[in-house]
Amino acid sequence: MAMTPSTIPATAALPFDVSDAAETFLTPSPVAVGRRRFMIGSASAAGGLMLGFHLSAQAQAQAGPTEVNAWVVVKPDDTVVIRIARSEMGQGTLTGLAQMVAEELECDWSKVTTEYPTPGQNLARNRVWGNFSTGGSRGIRESHEYVRKGGATARQMLIQAAANEWGVPASECSAEASVITHLPSARRTSYGNVAQAAAKLAPPADVPLKAPKDWKLIGKSVKRLDTVAKLNGSQVYGADLKLPGMLNAAIHDCPVFGGKVVSFDASKVQSMPGVRRVLKVGDSAVAVVADTWWQAKTALAELPVVWDDGPNAKLNSQMVAATLAAGLDAPDAFIGNEVGNAKAALASAARRVEAVYAYPHQNHATMEPINATARWTPGRCEVWTPTQNGEAALAATAAAAGLPAGQCEVYKMHLGGGFGRRGAVHDWIPQVVAIAREMPGVPVKLLWSREEDMTHGRYHPVTQAKMTAGLDAAGNLVALHMRISGQSILAGVAPQNLANGRDPVQFQGLTATGDGAIGYTVPNLLVDHAMRNPPVPVGFWRGVNHNQNAVYLECFMDELAHATGTDPLVFRRKLMANHPKHLAVLEAAVKKAGWGTPAAPGVYRGLAQHMGFGSYTAAVAEVSVSKAGEVRVHRIVAATDPGYAVNPQQIAAQVEGSFAYGLSACLYGECTLKDGRIEQTNFNTYEVMRMSAMPAVETIVMPSGGFWGGVGEPTIAVAAPAVLNAIFAATGKRVRRLPLANADLKQA
Amino acid sequence: MPALNINGRNLEFEADPATPLLWVLREQLGLTGTKYGCGVAQCGACTVHLDGAPIRSCVLPVSAVQATQKIVTIEGLSADASHPVQKAWLALDVPQCGYCQSGMIMAAAALLKDKPKPTDAEINEGITNICRCGTYNRVRAAVHLAADGGVPKKA
Repeated sequence: MAMTPSTIPATAALPFDVSDAAETFLTPSPVAVGRRRFMIGSASAAGGLMLGFHLSAQAQAQAGPTEVNAWVVVKPDDTVVIRIARSEMGQGTLTGLAQMVAEELECDWSKVTTEYPTPGQNLARNRVWGNFSTGGSRGIRESHEYVRKGGATARQMLIQAAANEWGVPASECSAEASVITHLPSARRTSYGNVAQAAAKLAPPADVPLKAPKDWKLIGKSVKRLDTVAKLNGSQVYGADLKLPGMLNAAIHDCPVFGGKVVSFDASKVQSMPGVRRVLKVGDSAVAVVADTWWQAKTALAELPVVWDDGPNAKLNSQMVAATLAAGLDAPDAFIGNEVGNAKAALASAARRVEAVYAYPHQNHATMEPINATARWTPGRCEVWTPTQNGEAALAATAAAAGLPAGQCEVYKMHLGGGFGRRGAVHDWIPQVVAIAREMPGVPVKLLWSREEDMTHGRYHPVTQAKMTAGLDAAGNLVALHMRISGQSILAGVAPQNLANGRDPVQFQGLTATGDGAIGYTVPNLLVDHAMRNPPVPVGFWRGVNHNQNAVYLECFMDELAHATGTDPLVFRRKLMANHPKHLAVLEAAVKKAGWGTPAAPGVYRGLAQHMGFGSYTAAVAEVSVSKAGEVRVHRIVAATDPGYAVNPQQIAAQVEGSFAYGLSACLYGECTLKDGRIEQTNFNTYEVMRMSAMPAVETIVMPSGGFWGGVGEPTIAVAAPAVLNAIFAATGKRVRRLPLANADLKQA
Repeated sequence: MPALNINGRNLEFEADPATPLLWVLREQLGLTGTKYGCGVAQCGACTVHLDGAPIRSCVLPVSAVQATQKIVTIEGLSADASHPVQKAWLALDVPQCGYCQSGMIMAAAALLKDKPKPTDAEINEGITNICRCGTYNRVRAAVHLAADGGVPKKA
């Protein structure tokens, strides 16, 4: 079978490299992104339609707000507006980052609001807000220092302004809850009174940050700042945007990956109600533009299209699986972690254990389907879109518009879910801009149908793994070879970031060091990857490669424990002595779960541990399996050590959410290919977890301090393996191919 | 011109009779709090009340709704987010991305009208909406809290 690489637009033509969207999933690299600065006219950012999403618009609409510095705007009534560069998609970053700034600012938390600067403004101001990319659970762990510095610097400027007014040394003044006090005289003023004067001062250099022991707001379970608008329908998502004179577009991309439009008969639908335009978009899609989206969608469904299905017309999941299976023993492989000589040790081991695992393609299935609104004129292009990376969206806009980035702007809309779908690749922006270019000056909103969203995802990569272990006569693990075969995300979304062809992200959770280090000491270890890239678009998907890597390693560890007649916890402890933080979360989870004590009748336990995105995680799952083979997950106990815990109740929400997402994937998640197209088209064929299947989740947040780990993703890694190991405990059946829905667990 | 009774007001609209109620709400009447998620009555993001009953407006042709039938959308559940469900949602910080929450809240409000003190099993059966962020456990807790008025008891 010919396996052609995925056809994802190259980024080479862009005015700056946005590949940090992918690259920084590896290691935060502020120096590298700083290199990519470019200057644009500072006036351009204010030229757009305002709508209240626009920073300047918001500033102008209120009386007398003052920008003290890039992060902090103060209004006369002491309201503080904190600027947030990262995107809010439900993970709570808006609130968490605001807590970080407010901690140092010493402002009145009850009067804090937030706003997004635009990507164009960031570029015009030498990236004063740093990286906009929101993925890899990096929001806080990458920007904690500079956002706190932003707050601390603003605080010092506000205090200095008050001191100047009073003619006293700033060192005699302190600030708390937006009130500045001159301690010797007890004179007081508020931030709102001195903000204008403060803004005129030169910012002090290197204001020291508080020691963690002095934090008052960081570490506190404050309520989210963005809840009220989500309770009454007033939160505007990208799909809800309405601009004056706006038209609506529905699109249908060739259902076969790599296929093209041959022809279409616009005359069949041109006279349908509301239809304004019927057009080809790029090589592979057709769109209808109408007064309303429903009209556009209705007409599109009637549009006759002749497709050229292209080179992948016969591709199916079995062919992909066979290609990956061949990679399990292939000589070409990139090494991710190597200790000792695993192959030699395996050859001489007293006993060998081998197992092959497989993980399928999955769709992000964000609740809000992909969408964007664009307005294009020969001199300017604006796009409103939910995005996890505003700067990458701006780059995609500029490239599609045929304009310099300085003549473009992106307005970040609130996201109805992201999970990685809306970050590294903005495949919908070339579409919407191409449509908007056909009707200059008219804003056009493109909304994908759920069917389009399901069949044109950027799917979780498909991989298999062959696990081979060598045990000595006493049952000790002396060698482990983990051969991964399959799809590389970087090869699909950012091939320029491959290192001599090797995808370092592939080894998440399995490397010797770094933010996803393996938690076991194995004297002879080889982790390697045979890259096999089927022509299915791939993307970062909440948890990324940790998802399958944790299934492979943690389920196989469970297999080895059982093969040696050892309790899975005891087996792991022996290998984890040099990994105290990994072990600490595992011990906390098993203690709370009651590992080693009897569970309820018919209920069985499984465990897993893993490190990802800088945080240590472990889980114990309690599961029952009926005689008919139906799996019920009753209870999850999850522990996480993210170093510092900024908002514990929101961390608990993210942990719960990661189990809903991870168990959806484990129980049901699979996108299959037939005749080159994805077979699952909506939630009636792509099942996801609903309330009735959601287990109780007990979260242990145990920050040990001294480092900053992520929160949104890390615990997803332990969801599936803990449940799969519990299923083995319940049934004696080892499920090695996900999803569980395909496994026969009927008991005789 | 056809009209609908929405949130206590008579609103006229122009749309093909086959247009689903969801799209009349969103595109003709500007009530975008009700969301499109699937279009096939699977996810529940489009849930509104029709004469008090929760319905999935994405599959209901607007022509099937009588002008006398009372439609309530998220915008009309209360004037000031004071419905016990909204209060409970706020108290427990339920929403994450929030996109499904209009439908969740409308489903929960309808469930509580029917069953003022629902059990977990009744909540599971009554609220089949999809949330991809995974707010289910807080939704369940908030339904119980709403059944008690929506305000947490002080310790």
